[in-house]
Amino acid sequence: MNAATSPVLEVRDVSLGFGGVRALTEVSFHVNKGELFSIIGPNGAGKTSMLNCISGRYTPTAGRVFLEGRDVTGLSPNHRATLGIGRTFQNLALFGHMTVLENIMVGRHHLLKNNFLSGALYWGGAQKEELAHRRKVEDIIDFLEITHIRKAHAGTLPYGLRKRVELARAMAVEPKIILLDEPMAGMNLEEKEDMARYIVDLNEEWGMTVVMIEHDMGVVMDISNRVIVLEFGRKIADGLPDEVMNNERVKVAYLGVDDDEDAA
Amino acid sequence: MTSNLLVQLLINGLIVGTLYGVVAMCFVLIYKSTQVVNFAQGEFLLIGAWACWWMVVEAALPFWLAFPLTFAFMMAFGVILQMVVLRPLIGEPIISVIMVTIGLSIFFQAVTKWIFGADVQPFPEIFPVKSVDVFGLQVQPAYLMSLVVSLLIMAGFAWFFKYSRMGLAMRATAFNQQVAQSLGISVKAVFAMAWAISAMVSALAGVVVGIVNGVSGALSFFGIKVFPAVIVGGLDSVIGAIVGGLIIGVLENMAEYVDGQWLQLGNLYSVAPFYVLIVILMIKPYGLFGTKNIERV
Repeated sequence: MNAATSPVLEVRDVSLGFGGVRALTEVSFHVNKGELFSIIGPNGAGKTSMLNCISGRYTPTAGRVFLEGRDVTGLSPNHRATLGIGRTFQNLALFGHMTVLENIMVGRHHLLKNNFLSGALYWGGAQKEELAHRRKVEDIIDFLEITHIRKAHAGTLPYGLRKRVELARAMAVEPKIILLDEPMAGMNLEEKEDMARYIVDLNEEWGMTVVMIEHDMGVVMDISNRVIVLEFGRKIADGLPDEVMNNERVKVAYLGVDDDEDAA
Repeated sequence: MTSNLLVQLLINGLIVGTLYGVVAMCFVLIYKSTQVVNFAQGEFLLIGAWACWWMVVEAALPFWLAFPLTFAFMMAFGVILQMVVLRPLIGEPIISVIMVTIGLSIFFQAVTKWIFGADVQPFPEIFPVKSVDVFGLQVQPAYLMSLVVSLLIMAGFAWFFKYSRMGLAMRATAFNQQVAQSLGISVKAVFAMAWAISAMVSALAGVVVGIVNGVSGALSFFGIKVFPAVIVGGLDSVIGAIVGGLIIGVLENMAEYVDGQWLQLGNLYSVAPFYVLIVILMIKPYGLFGTKNIERV
């Protein structure tokens, strides 16, 4: 790891409890600028809880979250989004009654500077500003190859396309770091490959720092720069994909303990 | 002559109906974006009309100045009301919120009576009172103005929600607050704005009705009339609110006609919408345009 690059995101000793249930226990990690970083772990390991702590939906019971060195732990989700944390959701969360274009434009919300009155009345630079935003939105649309459906209502689209639109919307926020919660869940092989390619391009061509939760080990190990593993809310491994794959604790967490070996 | 009366009542119904539609739209706006059933919607009309009346009559401001000032006042009123009274109630059971808005309704009625008295106060003559002839029908200029204003508001609403930044943000928030927040939308700002716009536009309706009928506590009855309109259209549909408003407006006047011609029961005018409300709820419990998963209260 390069000591000179300061981390974009740092999670320090984050714990999260719901009543008596401990979802996360003293989890620490950092994500460097330009990294494609994955969080993996068995079901219920606390991956999405971790993401929610970063995006601000949950406030950790203990520990801090830093974005570019700034403590964002107590900030609201919308404030964090404006500071540069974008995300997608595990369960599809598109605005179904809006068109694809409108969905993506909502992502531009905090970047549109005109206030309520001038925006409402189309005064001053409001129209020019909107055109500039439209262009950026079109770039994103081109990149994700959803040009043909831009006027379609999001609710009418098939699953794979919706996932792409959701990614487009998160990109429209122009985040410094983008959190993807299971971007390939429920996809067939071809769709997964497409999505993996978009994520890699997003990371390499657009220079976006990506934090991803994903269950498909093949994809995770293929495209990630670095991986951490959570189990029962604790971090059990952290490192390069190969290192993590060969980690004994990870094998146990995923495959369980062989009874014979246990007895031996 | 009776057919002429019928047409006249039909026109009246449509004009009053658009006003109902506007107020119902304001009600839906609050319900959709903040999940609050606002029983104090009628009081927005009342307060707006009194504010405008006070500026014109007591402060002797010209109407063209008093009108935008009323807007500004109601906008601030809506924001403050949301921030002080309703924001702390976020996450409380819906029945508590309903009790609070009913309380607000009673409170505002009492306060306006206390300040302005219980008598009807007419606006000074702003439009000529003499009816004008439209296609052989007698229509009051103020009613014509009200129709134009209502249509403008509806077009404005449509534009606002389709194209403006805040309009999109409000739709996004109505659909899913958590996702909206993740995209940098302040839900607090959206809530405040929903109340501000709702108060502002309702006040406009209040001023229009005040100009025609005079200002009095009776204005808040609009808030009750809005319920059948909203239920007919579906609680969460803006289009439904407009259609519902028109249906109720026409229905009232038709009931008046039927009553006047044959039944002679008296007062069918004010009761008929509620009969329809009951019938519609029996046949289509979610309203004509409503979505099915809304919470029933």
